[in-house]
Amino acid sequence: MDMTTVNKTTNSVFFHPTANALQRSLFITLLIAFSMLISTTSIAAEKRLLTVYTYDSFTAEWGPGPAIKAGFEEQCGDCTIEFVALDSSAGILNRVQLEGKNTRADIVLGLDTNLMAIAEDTGLLAESGVDTNALTLPVEWSSKTFVPYDYGYFAFVYDSEALTAPPTSFEELINAPDDVKIIVQDPRTSTPGLGLLLWLKSVYGDEAAAKWTALQPRILSVTKGWSEAYFSLFLNGEAPMVLSYSTSPGYHMEVDKTERYQAAAFKEGHYLQVEVAALLKRSPNAELGREFLAYLIDTDAQSTIPLGNVMYPVIDLEEQLPESFNKLISPASTHLFSPDQVRDNRKQWIDEWLEASTTR
Amino acid sequence: MARGIHNSLSPDANLTATTRGVPWWLTGALALFIIALLTLLPLAAMIVEAGDIDWAGTLGNTYIQRVVWFSVTQATWSTVLALVSAIPVALALSHKQIFIGRNLIVALFSLSLVIPTIVAIYGIVAVFGRTGWISSALSTFAWEPLNFYGLPGILIAHVFFNMPLAARVILVSLQGIPQEQWRLARQIGMGPIALFRFIEWPAIRGQIPSLALLIFTLCFTSFAIVMTLGGGPRATTIEVAIYQSLRFDFDISQAVALASIQLLICIGLMALSTLVKHNRDLHNVAFAALPKDHQTRHQHALNRHLSGKSIINMLHWMIIIVASVFVLLPILALILSAINPTTLSVLSDHNTLRALLNTIIVSLISALIAVLLAIFLLLSTRHLRIRLLREKSGQWLQLAGNVILVLPPLVIGTGLFLLLRPFADVFALALVLVIVINSLMALPFALRVLDTPMTNAANQHDRLLQSLGLFGWNRWRWIDWPQLRQPIGLSMAISATLSAGDLSAIALFGSEQIRTLPLLLYQRMGSYRLEEAAVTAGMLLLLCLTLFMSLQLLIGGRTHVEA
Repeated sequence: MDMTTVNKTTNSVFFHPTANALQRSLFITLLIAFSMLISTTSIAAEKRLLTVYTYDSFTAEWGPGPAIKAGFEEQCGDCTIEFVALDSSAGILNRVQLEGKNTRADIVLGLDTNLMAIAEDTGLLAESGVDTNALTLPVEWSSKTFVPYDYGYFAFVYDSEALTAPPTSFEELINAPDDVKIIVQDPRTSTPGLGLLLWLKSVYGDEAAAKWTALQPRILSVTKGWSEAYFSLFLNGEAPMVLSYSTSPGYHMEVDKTERYQAAAFKEGHYLQVEVAALLKRSPNAELGREFLAYLIDTDAQSTIPLGNVMYPVIDLEEQLPESFNKLISPASTHLFSPDQVRDNRKQWIDEWLEASTTR
Repeated sequence: MARGIHNSLSPDANLTATTRGVPWWLTGALALFIIALLTLLPLAAMIVEAGDIDWAGTLGNTYIQRVVWFSVTQATWSTVLALVSAIPVALALSHKQIFIGRNLIVALFSLSLVIPTIVAIYGIVAVFGRTGWISSALSTFAWEPLNFYGLPGILIAHVFFNMPLAARVILVSLQGIPQEQWRLARQIGMGPIALFRFIEWPAIRGQIPSLALLIFTLCFTSFAIVMTLGGGPRATTIEVAIYQSLRFDFDISQAVALASIQLLICIGLMALSTLVKHNRDLHNVAFAALPKDHQTRHQHALNRHLSGKSIINMLHWMIIIVASVFVLLPILALILSAINPTTLSVLSDHNTLRALLNTIIVSLISALIAVLLAIFLLLSTRHLRIRLLREKSGQWLQLAGNVILVLPPLVIGTGLFLLLRPFADVFALALVLVIVINSLMALPFALRVLDTPMTNAANQHDRLLQSLGLFGWNRWRWIDWPQLRQPIGLSMAISATLSAGDLSAIALFGSEQIRTLPLLLYQRMGSYRLEEAAVTAGMLLLLCLTLFMSLQLLIGGRTHVEA
């Protein structure tokens, strides 16, 4: 085959002598563009690099990410933390699953108890080697893979200026007047979204699907991640209620000095979320990764959690815990499925939710 | 495409299949091989993967049934609404031939073909969205804001894109009504209703089946619009569900199942379109300028006929104004909101700049590949048709380039993903994959633009060239290129613009590290950072216009024929 001739034809389409200058400059621009692309994607690797997949609100400037990064980099001396901020928490797991063995991640940070078994089944995660015995969690901790770094209870947060009599149970929410709208998250992409799904399942069991259908008229929007729901829609006044955490008002009380945003305590009790981080087997910097996981439950890192991630810390911070955290609602009872239960039923329950959500 | 002019050539021409330079079949075979590689391999990967799918369970899944049903209903509604609104607009424009700004309005109607979907979506949100112009106007009267997300938003966007297209096509056929018919109508004193029934409707009717099928197919496979304006699982099409099962659920078998359903329905639609008397040049009609002299003759005939019917007159003006405002408002809203307090910071933001760079790279390389594939295919098909008189084989070869019309980009994307995943980090290869898919998507358009000029060039000169003994490269350099550089410029421009504005492939493979402007725009809209989104949308629009004009100028040259 006369391949060279063919190639010559291709090039020559571009280098016609009469319009040479213009076309050549176009081509050169292209070449420069390409080399710029390559140079920006290659990483200067003098320091030990730790790539952490997490969700966007963790790495935001007001989140705990920047302080934890600075603190750990100072402790290790010669390392760099690269946060890869994904747009939602369950998105971290999806992403690692999609990338499979070729993932760049050393650490995944932002999964929760509900996703633990599913994540472990991928076979991509390594043992953490971190001692979690001293932690002050509301549940026993036995996982050797996952390191819990904060916890909280899912709750509907409401704007007390828009809603004077918030619902006090799911029943009241379902039967609330027409203008009481809620913003929730997609259980496929967001751990709060999945949390609500499990909360309803835990409260209602086999009736959960029917309750979802009954809840549809209340739902203004289903967002991909928590940030969009909370910041972009709820705080901009698009709806008076949003699915968030019982701890969320703590931030507004401490930082914004306002009691306007409150969590609605539900009679049925609340669903517990423990957020976790884990090391990936493929990580070439496993030692550094384990150091990072240990640092996560150290006092330094934990003190950034209450106001950075607006969750309860997993160790006793004593006087470092913000005052307002004592004014938060305490759940009447705690709901929690085991990781295995969630793994075995998630697909079916999500299908149930999809079915209920597409009912017209 | 059967033009029947080729028969004048002597049959002995087929003995002269070039012995010097490139054999005639090589370019076509190469293009065919590349196209087959990029479509059949992913398809095969999907079929292998689908071996494990529980089909009964999939088809019995209520969610999947609802998704399929929603795809069909929204596409049906979109088609009906677009056609029903396009007919009065075309009629009104056909009756009002001469007024200031008419050309502008008609040009505006083809803008929706060039403007990237995601950019137009931003404009539509800015007008119809919850915090958009209309809702804020309503709220000053203490009325509820528009319930926009979901089916209403999808329908508005689909009508925005397809009504102008349909109106232009119908307008062309209205202007093709022979003068004699108007004269006859005047002589027997037809009123406006009879006129519509006996003269205008028969001209329109012929266009309806092919137009309806085209619009239905476009809306059925609609991705960016449904993903952005759907507002949750309630409004999900198959195309979006494929994306979600891959990127949300990591449910490969569900993605493959959905992709197969999508593929079957698209093949069905294609088969249907061969039954319908097809207007092959639908897109060309939509792009082309309307013939001038025809317009005026048509106008005089109509003027004489309907002078003095002031109510009809008023109605026509109203329709024209409403339609223009509907198309113009979103574009206006976009331009106005692109200048806001965040403009400078967004323009200098490194995320924006990298996305801009990626978009330029993707669009130029995709366009180059698409146009090269098209030229390679056409070099062989025109030889088949003109030298070998094999019209049918030529057509079949050319059909290969249109394969992407049956294979939605997300289906190919899913297949490529399955193929590459064992070997590489698919997200690191995002740009390459996006280039591959976008060039296949642009190929049918490049073929359409280049087909006629390349065949004509050969028809005009083939015998002379043979007697001169001008072959291969020399023939291309001295005869084809000067004649073809203008259509090549146009096809590059169209392909590049299409690729620059595409969201489907990059949505599947893009990540925080590798984004193009459409993805960045989608993400900024998705997180409701509307000011930043507006700037991004403005930038993308500007890029597309620049690409469209500069590529035509650079490649097409200023003058028609050189050398």
